[in-house]
Amino acid sequence: MTDEARVAEFEATIARHDRIEPRDWMPEAYRATVVRQVAQHAHSEVIGMQPEGAWITRAPSLRRKATLLAKVQDEAGHGLYLYSACETLGVSRAQLTEKLIEGRQKYSSIFNYPTLSFADVGTIGWLVDGAAICNQVPLCRTSYGPYGRAMIRICKEESFHQRQGFELLLTMMRGTDEQRAMVQESVDRFWWPALMMFGPPDAESPNTAQSMAWGIKRDTNDELRQKFVDMTVPQAERLGVTLPDPDLRWNAERGHHDFGQPDWDEFATVVRGGGPCNAQRIDHRRRAHEDGAWVRTAASAFAARQREEVAS
Amino acid sequence: MTHPVDPEWPLYEIFVRGRRGLNHVHVGSLHAADDEMAVRNARDVYTRRNEGVSIWAVRADAIAASSPDEKDPFFAPAADKVYRHPTFHRVPDDVPHM
Amino acid sequence: MHDDDHQSVYDGLTGGDESRWAFGAGLEAPDDALAGVGAPVPVGVDPHALATYCLMLGDDALVHSHRLSQWCSNAPDLEEDIALANVALDLLGQARLLLARAAVVDPGVVPVLPAGSPVPDEDALAFFRDAAEFRNVRLVEGENGDFAVTVARMLLFATHRLAVLQRLTASADPVLAAIAAKGVKEVAYHRDHAARWCVTLALGTEESRRRVVAGLERVWPFRDELSRTTPVEATAAAQGFGVDPGSVSDEVEAVLDQVLAASGLERPALPPVGEVAGGAGRDGRHTEAMGLLLAEMQVVARAHPLGRW
Repeated sequence: MTDEARVAEFEATIARHDRIEPRDWMPEAYRATVVRQVAQHAHSEVIGMQPEGAWITRAPSLRRKATLLAKVQDEAGHGLYLYSACETLGVSRAQLTEKLIEGRQKYSSIFNYPTLSFADVGTIGWLVDGAAICNQVPLCRTSYGPYGRAMIRICKEESFHQRQGFELLLTMMRGTDEQRAMVQESVDRFWWPALMMFGPPDAESPNTAQSMAWGIKRDTNDELRQKFVDMTVPQAERLGVTLPDPDLRWNAERGHHDFGQPDWDEFATVVRGGGPCNAQRIDHRRRAHEDGAWVRTAASAFAARQREEVAS
Repeated sequence: MTHPVDPEWPLYEIFVRGRRGLNHVHVGSLHAADDEMAVRNARDVYTRRNEGVSIWAVRADAIAASSPDEKDPFFAPAADKVYRHPTFHRVPDDVPHM
Repeated sequence: MHDDDHQSVYDGLTGGDESRWAFGAGLEAPDDALAGVGAPVPVGVDPHALATYCLMLGDDALVHSHRLSQWCSNAPDLEEDIALANVALDLLGQARLLLARAAVVDPGVVPVLPAGSPVPDEDALAFFRDAAEFRNVRLVEGENGDFAVTVARMLLFATHRLAVLQRLTASADPVLAAIAAKGVKEVAYHRDHAARWCVTLALGTEESRRRVVAGLERVWPFRDELSRTTPVEATAAAQGFGVDPGSVSDEVEAVLDQVLAASGLERPALPPVGEVAGGAGRDGRHTEAMGLLLAEMQVVARAHPLGRW
């Protein structure tokens, strides 16, 4: 097949909203874009274990402890599924992990913010997982087959993580004044970083157009951000918390909420590595990876020895 | 222990029979040092150790396929721990979008 | 992009067709985690002894679970991270049932909280007792150390606990028998997991062998306490609701010998760690690590004795 015919076939597959599968020919730039996006997503799941994982040992009820541990465990599973999806494109998990700890691949900037109270566990579930769901649900129909299939399971689990988070906050709001204050303080800290999760405004998002044309991405950053705000405002009312945005109000004409813009300078700083926890998160991941090296090597050596014994 | 060792474990493809009467279905892949570990990890990762399911683990490089590199992860959710289920966390019916 | 995807973000995920899942979506919640713990104390069973016995088994599980949960995001690879979290979750589940049962059979063991506190009994026991009131063995409370220490400790603990739980399935207390029946399956997996890793590390590389030897040496001296019979356990055995831990020693030793033989390892020739004022963990006399562990575990709960979580 000529290159032109291959490109035409690829474009036709995309055009009829069909999936690209690992064995299919694909433009190198498409492959690189999928690897970048899926790897970034996988890293986000694995790094995302840290801020919530920090509260497992301090969870104030055994029921919440079990829920939280299971949730963080799910994130490890999500990372694993996504690394597997990446591996279908010929990039190994070890290579991707190296890139992460060397700072050559990114993860969601939200995880560079600290968790400072137990309410953050609920807020992350409600707002951060809520924003992640808005971002991820459309990806279940993303053009790269293995990524889309990974996303189906991930979205299913994320959606009940969000319920768990909301339910924790709701329970705390029915508790003491101190607990209500803790919830509000947590929401105040996470609201703007949650809005940043959708990425910069469309006008400043260089990769969006190509990713949408290839069906890797299905909505623009601003569209998703608007959906998230519209979805979240009535939930905040139900919860009894105030979202910390003086410009937030219903716009009947548009049929959507108007809202203020996050501090995009802060976003840029965090993405460049200047957030409160960037170094800490990567150090943690590097330490786990390096401390585990002798275990992984031992298991490989043991397996090799077993194969030799079977062979001889 | 003088032989050189690749610390990166090989990739396995995992197939699960959820209950009697169903085929084994491809659920995804994982890394393991050997076959034994692959089955055990699969039980943890893909079934959260549900009893009564049957797991096949096949080294990805041992699969003969019509298209040699084809790998086809497909994922299914865990079912055994209550806190993994949305109904364990009661959210009032009047909460929108949830 | 279709609008309805976001009208109901969650319903739209799978189009309602569950048949595509390999083993069902399983979105119906099983029964309440603590269902059934309220059954009456059987005739001939001393409620206080039963409650204390439940606390021993429950505290062992809770504290070991705490240590294992500290591996979360720190394990050698993602697969093992998930496996260790599963073990921690199993033990946490056992702890919840056992603490709840203790509170039912003898409410006197539950710390008294301010009037109007909504804290459930299992949480009052976990978060509002001081170290001296915890009945777990000292084996489970020490810092994790490296992966080899964790494997060695899991091997010793699970081997003993499995032997106990197997016998407890015939407990005169039907709740304890049911908890044990569930736990047997779980702990059999924990023992197997630890044993396989012990063999793998011992026969892996020189470094892993050195580390697993060191790991065994670190936890071995704490083993004795598991098999020493306290007065409460003697009562438990006599009244038919519990197990004399001394009676499982032969079985435990045989299993450990088998694992060590497969690993090509010797039993560490180390004396048991000493007691404190004539007592140890079962008597509430712990290691220094225990106070720090509880300070961390209890800090949020204790700051909010009237809190709802």
